[in-house]
Parts: sequence; C-alpha cells; structure tokens
Amino acid sequence: MAILVNEDSRIVVQGITGGEGSFHTKQCIDYGTKIVAGVTPGKGGQEVDGVPVYNTVREAREKKGANVSLIFVPPAFAADAIMEAADAGIEVLVCITEGIPTIDMIHVTNYLKDRNSRLVGPNCPGVITPGVAKVGIMPGFIHKKGSIGVISRSGTLTYEAVSQLTNRGLGQSTCIGIGGDPIIGSSFIDLLKLFQEDPDTEGIVMIGEIGGSAEEEAAAFIKEHVTKPVVSFIAGQTAPKGKRMGHAGAIIDGGKGTAKEKMAALTAAGIHVANSPADIGETMVRALGR
Amino acid sequence: MKIHEYQAKAILRSFGVPTPEGEVAETPDQAKAVAEKLGGGVVVVKAQIHAGGRGKGGGVKLAKNPNEAFELAGKIIGMNLVTHQTGPEGKKVNKVLVEQGLDIANELYAGIVIDRSSGKPVVMASIEGGMEIEEVATNSPEKILKEYVDVEHGLQPFQARNLAFGLGLSPAVVKKAVPFFMKLYRAFEAKDASLMEINPLIVTGDGNVLALDAKMNFDDNAMFRHPDLKELRDLTEENPYEVEASKYDLNFIKLDGNVGCMVNGAGLAMATMDIIKLAGEAPANFLDVGGAANAERVEHAFRLILSDPAVKAVLINIFGGIVRCDMVATGIVEAAKKVGVKVPIVIRLQGTNAKEGSEILKQSGLNFSVASELEEAAEKVAAVVK
Repeated sequence: MAILVNEDSRIVVQGITGGEGSFHTKQCIDYGTKIVAGVTPGKGGQEVDGVPVYNTVREAREKKGANVSLIFVPPAFAADAIMEAADAGIEVLVCITEGIPTIDMIHVTNYLKDRNSRLVGPNCPGVITPGVAKVGIMPGFIHKKGSIGVISRSGTLTYEAVSQLTNRGLGQSTCIGIGGDPIIGSSFIDLLKLFQEDPDTEGIVMIGEIGGSAEEEAAAFIKEHVTKPVVSFIAGQTAPKGKRMGHAGAIIDGGKGTAKEKMAALTAAGIHVANSPADIGETMVRALGR
Repeated sequence: MKIHEYQAKAILRSFGVPTPEGEVAETPDQAKAVAEKLGGGVVVVKAQIHAGGRGKGGGVKLAKNPNEAFELAGKIIGMNLVTHQTGPEGKKVNKVLVEQGLDIANELYAGIVIDRSSGKPVVMASIEGGMEIEEVATNSPEKILKEYVDVEHGLQPFQARNLAFGLGLSPAVVKKAVPFFMKLYRAFEAKDASLMEINPLIVTGDGNVLALDAKMNFDDNAMFRHPDLKELRDLTEENPYEVEASKYDLNFIKLDGNVGCMVNGAGLAMATMDIIKLAGEAPANFLDVGGAANAERVEHAFRLILSDPAVKAVLINIFGGIVRCDMVATGIVEAAKKVGVKVPIVIRLQGTNAKEGSEILKQSGLNFSVASELEEAAEKVAAVVK
C-alpha cells in the first residue's frame, strides 16, 4: 500500500532537461521508478534517457497518463510549474526546488485549495516507497521495504534516520521530506493522517527542527488521532535565536519555535522523543516493543 | 536580509506612508546641516544599526538645536552601541538619522509578518507602542489586534478600520490611520518583506499618523526580483565570517564553542551541533557545505572554520547520498593539504561509498580520525578537545 507513491505511479519530471532534472531522472529510472514523461517548455520532441519530453504538463498527462510530478524547475518559475501540474490534474506534486519566494508559495497553496492535487515540498528531498518508486533525490540504497513511515523537514538528516532504521532491520513503508521552507504543501498532520490510515505502516518517525509551530500542532493531532507509535527528533537544540539555520524556515523568531518547546509538547503528547540524533532508530525499536 | 531604519523609511515614503522629515548623516557636520535644513528647532539623533533597543542603549538622543545635534552626533557616531539585541559585544555606529522632533500625543504599534500556520500575512496593531511586541504577546496577548490577509485580494479597508477603531482612535484619526495601514501592507507585499514593524506608530497632537520608527526584513528567496534592495545590504552590520561564507554560497553561522563543524545538509548540520553538545562540548559554528561538497567548497569551508582561533578540533560529518563519499574524501584530503590544517580532525562518512572514502582518508598520511557512526564521531571529537 504505502502512501503517495506506489506501483501505479506514473511520473512526469518538470525541468527534465536541466542539470539536476536530467541527473535525477536517470537515478530514479535506475531505482525502477516509472518515469513516463518530461516537460520543458520549448523542448518538446526531445528525449532524456529515453523519456519523451513535452512542452506542457497537460500534454504529458494526455499522452502518457502521468499522475505524479517531480519538479526541478528553478525558483523564479517553480510556482508556475506547480500550478501547471495541478491544473493538468496531476494528483501528487513533489517539488524539490529550493529558494522559492514565500509569497509565491502562499499563492500556490491558495491555488491548490480547490483542486485535487497534493503538494509535497518545496525545498525537500522528495518521496520514496522503498522497492517500488523513488520520486526524489534521496539515495535509494539506504532504504528497505518495510512498515515504518518517515516524515521529515530535512534532507540528509532523514537519510541518517532511515539508515539507522534499516541497520536495525526496520524497513520503511514510505519516506517523505516535507521541506525546510516556512510555507509548504503538506504538513506533518496531512501525512500523519495518511500513515495512520495506511495498513502497511506500523510506526512513524517524525523529524522536526526549530522554527514555526508545525511540531506542536502535530503533537496535538497525534494525541487525538494517531494510535501507532510515533518517534520524534528535533534538530537545532543548540541553535542560536534569530538566525536562519540553512533552511528558510529554521529560525527561532521572537523566542518562539525552540527545540526545547517542541520536545516538551511532543513528550507531553506521549510521543517517544529521541534526545540524540544517533538514537532515532533505537528509539523506534523500543517504541515497537521489540 | 535586514536594512537600516532610514532605508526602510525611504521605502515607506515611496509608498506614501508618512514619516517624520529627516536625513541620514555620517559626520557631526552633516548632522548639523540636516538639523538646520529641518528649521533649526528640536531634532532627534538616532543611531543606525540593525538592532532594536537603541534608545535604552543610549543611541537615540534629543537635540534642542543644530549645535546640540552636532555634539550628540559626535558622541553617537563611532560609539559601540550595546542593546539587548546586539549581544554584549555591541555594534559600532557609522551613521545617524537626524529627524524633526514631533509633538507626540499617542504611541502605538503596527507590524506585519507571515503567519506560517495559516499561510497568510497578518497585520498587527497594539496600543502598547514602544514596547517589545514579544513581551506584549506573552503578558497581554489580548492587546494585540490581528487581521489576516488573503493575498489574492490584499488588505481590505474594512480590515484597516477594524484595526484603527480597535485601537480606540477617534473617527478623525481613523481617517488617517486607515490609509496608513493600507499603504503599509502595499509596501510589505510589493517588496517581498518578511517582517515589517512600526514601533512606535505615532499620533501627533494635531491628529496626524506617522511611522516614528521603521524596521523591514526581506525574504532572501525573493531577492532575484529586487535588485534595488540588494544594494541596501550593509556588510558592516553582518558577522565577517558569515559575509565571507556567503561569497562561496556556504551556509555558515558563527557560534561560541570550540568544535568546528562541516556537514552536508542543514538538518544534519543542526543535529551534528546537538550531538557535540550531548558529548559535552560546544559547536563553534553551523556550516552546511551543501550537496556538492567538492574539493573547492571543502577548502573554503576549512579556511573559514580555521580562521577562528577558538577552534580546537573539527568534526566533518558527511552523509553521502547522490554525492559519493570517496569523492568527498578526496576533496577533504586535497583541501587539508592545501590549507595546512593544524588541529585534530574527526571525519564521519556514511552512505554511498563510505568504505572507499574511509580508505582514502586513512591512506592520506594526514592526521585524520575516522568514525562510521554519529555518536562515535562526537565522542572522538570531544575526547581530543578535552
């Protein structure tokens, strides 16, 4: 089962002819992902690694039945690309692009409100259902098919967590990077809902970081609605106030959004919080009672 | 990106937001000239640094006449201003803003930020002008009025009226306050601001509404469409290490500890700082070398980290994904030889080709300590620092 991407996912890569787009298209194909089309306006008719390129997403959908989009379009044009994919009826939009202006993302999330598309990202590593489909830039080989769902605001820290799980024999149902920006398409809560409903997911790892209040909101949601064990780690316990820690959204603003507050809220909601980033895998082993 | 008060006020004026009359000065003579130009009466001399709390720190003074403005500017320009936002080391003042003195009847607060939970800009107003808004939010949140803006339609006049009447202003003053809020929001939107604060917003004795202070921060991601704003960046206000890092596109933040960190990815970089702390030491910096992590970037990163004399050891934590660890290891060896690293270095490579990478490091003849797990790496680096 898994969530968001599965055997039936047919992927269109937007920005397929760019450096990042073409490189990762090949990586995804090598993993066994069904990349059915690419889109770069003005380059319709070309091919990238045997994948046909179209001028518009609509054409890619009509001719190839694409239902998932992987977006590598540069920041200035990325908002338009996301809306184009939604308008073409693509169901899952995964935007890797880093550096999209906040106001553009607000327009995008408004645009998506009346449509049936779910956006993951931007500024994220993407989505992988191990052994089935890799729709993103994560290294495929560290993953293992299994029953732990992973949701994270980070990239390489997610790889770290996944590798700890895999090393302990805990495979993953689906792993999702939701992105490090202040305004993102899918929240922890959106995906917690899906994992709670997914019969193939037994436990959930949620990796947060300083800034905003998404973790606190997730904690309240988990307390009410999630019966599966949840393990969490919050990055940035040593981060100073008022400084953006790499991610646009990772900032302690006006004393709000500290790791301490988030960890307290999560613990109070009955979530297994790992103090050290080295203990994420082990904490899940314990949470599952194994 | 942050800018100075005088720059923010210039932007606001271009959108029709009323501010006191005044000009920036870099010398006491210029300050005197501005005071004379303003009519020779009472002026305010305000230190221009990127931090709040300037008044309490002694950076804002009232001058009765141009001669006093000259004198005060002489004291403030060049002074090291310490406020609760500058940290104990303070900031050197290079410029002052000289403004007309006004008859203030009422001090209020106005601010605009992006509310992350609702995904909307929120315009705030409060009767607690001049206070830290965070303090008001904690102690008396009911005193902060909020209007959430639908960006597809912008701030509506009724919302501005809600704020103005909510502040208890008289109908005559509301007539001035409503366009004030509307223009403020237009400036926020048009310039891709991430934060705007007018603290205080004042009502004068004769019923005018003005921005007595102004703070604007901008969305760094939107700078590509605002070349005019880029020119307002004042490098003297930023940490010199961080300015240097930004030249090479490295995400670097200076911290107080003595373990230098070099990591790929922002989340893992924060987690690495955290685990250093858990091992009993403190990180000297946050540094994300990014996905590429090639020899050139690693070299720049080394130079940055090692230019800080407090650094006693370096922890390099790379999770190879698309980037192969053997490539990164080759880069580290090349860079370390070039830079001539003197402090102990602990390297943890994990992910793609981690084994091959570790071999390269071991055979380099350089004094590297190699770890495969995160905890092991943190313990090793803590041990060499002690």
